[in-house]
Amino acid sequence: MRYDLFIAGFGGQGALLAGNLLSYAAIIEGKNVSFFPSYGVEKRGGAAMCTVVIADGDVGSPVIGNPSVMIVLNQTSLDKFGAKVKPGGVCIVNTSLVNLDAFERSDIEIIRVPMNEIAMELGDARMVNMVAVGVYAAKTGAVNPAALEEALKSALPERNHKFIPANMKAIIAGTEFAASKSS
Amino acid sequence: MQQVFKRPVSLKDVQTHFCPGCHHGTIHRLVAEAMDEYDVQKRTIGVASVGCSVFLYGYFDIDVVEAPHGRAPAVATGVKRARPDSFVFTYQGDGDLAAIGTAEIIHAANRGEDITVIFVNNTTYGMTGGQMAPTTLVGQKTSTSPYGRNQHKDGAPIRMAELLAQLEGVAFSARVAVNSPKNLIDAKRQIKKAFRYQVEGKGFSFIEALSACPTNWGMNALAANERVGSEMADYFRLGVYKNTENL
Amino acid sequence: MTKRLFVKGNEAVAMAAIEAGCRYYFGYPITPQSDIPEYLSREFPRLNGEFIQAESEVASINMLLGASATGVRAMTSSSSPGISLKQEGISYMAGSELPGVIVNVSRSGPGLGGIDASQSDYFQAVKGGGHGGYHIVVLAPASVQEMYDLTMLAFDLVDIYRMPAMVLADSVVGQMKEPLVPNSRPATDLPAKEWAVRGKGDGEQRVVKSLFLGDGELEAHNWKLHRKYQDLKSHECRWEAFHTDDADLLVSAFGSTARIAKTAIMMAREEGLKVGLLRPITLYPFPERAFADVTARTKKVLVVELNTGQMVEDVRLSVARDAEVGFYGRPPGAGSLPTPEELLEQIKKNY
Repeated sequence: MRYDLFIAGFGGQGALLAGNLLSYAAIIEGKNVSFFPSYGVEKRGGAAMCTVVIADGDVGSPVIGNPSVMIVLNQTSLDKFGAKVKPGGVCIVNTSLVNLDAFERSDIEIIRVPMNEIAMELGDARMVNMVAVGVYAAKTGAVNPAALEEALKSALPERNHKFIPANMKAIIAGTEFAASKSS
Repeated sequence: MQQVFKRPVSLKDVQTHFCPGCHHGTIHRLVAEAMDEYDVQKRTIGVASVGCSVFLYGYFDIDVVEAPHGRAPAVATGVKRARPDSFVFTYQGDGDLAAIGTAEIIHAANRGEDITVIFVNNTTYGMTGGQMAPTTLVGQKTSTSPYGRNQHKDGAPIRMAELLAQLEGVAFSARVAVNSPKNLIDAKRQIKKAFRYQVEGKGFSFIEALSACPTNWGMNALAANERVGSEMADYFRLGVYKNTENL
Repeated sequence: MTKRLFVKGNEAVAMAAIEAGCRYYFGYPITPQSDIPEYLSREFPRLNGEFIQAESEVASINMLLGASATGVRAMTSSSSPGISLKQEGISYMAGSELPGVIVNVSRSGPGLGGIDASQSDYFQAVKGGGHGGYHIVVLAPASVQEMYDLTMLAFDLVDIYRMPAMVLADSVVGQMKEPLVPNSRPATDLPAKEWAVRGKGDGEQRVVKSLFLGDGELEAHNWKLHRKYQDLKSHECRWEAFHTDDADLLVSAFGSTARIAKTAIMMAREEGLKVGLLRPITLYPFPERAFADVTARTKKVLVVELNTGQMVEDVRLSVARDAEVGFYGRPPGAGSLPTPEELLEQIKKNY
């Protein structure tokens, strides 16, 4: 199987950390992966995007024109990239910050997730990216939660390992949210 | 009978290609004598430059790396860092060191590379046929300054020994000449000092040696020799500009 | 299974250099390759290595020349505008038969251009970018693993053939992260460096130079270099063949563009189109025979590059006489990196 994912948000929302985490989890599961980051022109608070491709065999292109799954963390990212989601694909949208009224795509599945609210309920607004990762993992099965927990040890610097349980809680909250939507 | 004068072992027994009256041969000899006196020939790696001094390996019996024009101090940096136990010197002319290689000499000096630089200043590009050099004196006619160097258009000649002395990384900087027995004896003393800095691991040492170029100056050997002591030495003052260890 | 790390392409280059025994790095900062000097400036002090941030690209390539002349393994890295500045030194190193590894994480031009991925330096790299009609080995990694493996290979090739080698990457392979198996340095039979300067001791004088003025000397020297290039062609060509056996259309691309093309080919195969990929790994020596062999059967070729057509010339010179060679390329710059979908369209057009 091949899974390609595009994550977009603004700097500080953890788009790149989410991509890194998924990559580490894929490696733990013995899969191949490529992680390609790109940034907006602005250094701080600018756009932060990455493409993650996970595959059992050849990863192929590290860049994708029409990703099958997109995680959209803020409004600008939806406006700029929403049209690129592959027909039949999935768009996971952070509805805490994104208004979907003007977004007309009937050919894709849109998963509306109030990521900021979910993160706040867990007590840490910074966990938005982890909620997104949880939703993605549950929706696609690209990586499993056990691998993600293990991967947090590599994706987070040593000094932040004390936050692994909090991160894991947010990931689980994401997977549970996805499950509740599909049931 | 006692032998009082002989060829330095660091110098090969060959005839040089230098023109009659040129000072390169004399400067070569002084460098070789200093090499013998510190017994460094066997661990010396010389870096040749581009110009009349390019045939360094033909005259010195030492290992030599040939550098692109002006880059000898960068090449010497690579050599010395890779082989810190070797004795490393560059031998460069004024076009090479003071024009195209200005960045390399300034930064090698500023890093305080543990090397010795012998800079031969004859106020012209010798090998290429006597064009204007950064050291050409104001008013001096060359093949590319046929009306004489014009300070407003060409700038004034650059004084490297003084300029480099300003840099923290430079341990020793001196200007010498070999146009008279007195100057020659002093030149020998300063070259030895410059070598001693490196032998003792005390940092970057620099010798600027004034040289005659009768061929490109359009003078006979005697007149050229006299010009070094008069016109040249008036502008390029002989002396020690930096001597950090007071050696 | 060996533990796989997850690292950036640029870091993989630095890791491979250390594993290859390189302890001398000379460079000048330029985007998008600065991870390499940053990594080595951190690691070399603990390994007794020497790291110099030089005053210019010109100085750094000449420091490499000097260090290499003493026989040690040494390298520099830069990106396109900086590589232009290094051409003088590369020519002298080629003329002096000096090993040395040069990494070009290339970016777009001409001039200051931009920092986006580019393949516009193909000609400069493979045709001998400086004066004098020389060549250097040019390796084109397409993955983080290859950034590592080909850097390691470069250090061996330069010692075997006594010539510089370039790892020609771009900002996609330099900046992306992928799993990496940090392979150990292979045991290779390397010739003794009997030419290296060391201080003559009681031995013969050694001179490292590129000046040959004697009657016939330079011609003989250049014939010697030419023979090395022939040897390289015979022994060192490397390429990747992907689904070429039954292909009706052969796509050829190198570096990151080949990665993009690969996904396009997988998409085409899903639609039933028989498309294959021939990816040169050595750009010099160019794998001419591989192209001749594949095009003995597959008569349609599509070359894809992130430039307006450079490698396509070498492909045209290498394919069977009756093969048709088409080209698709875009000049590099922000937003011009092709997508797999875009290349799939081109595949269909040329199929």
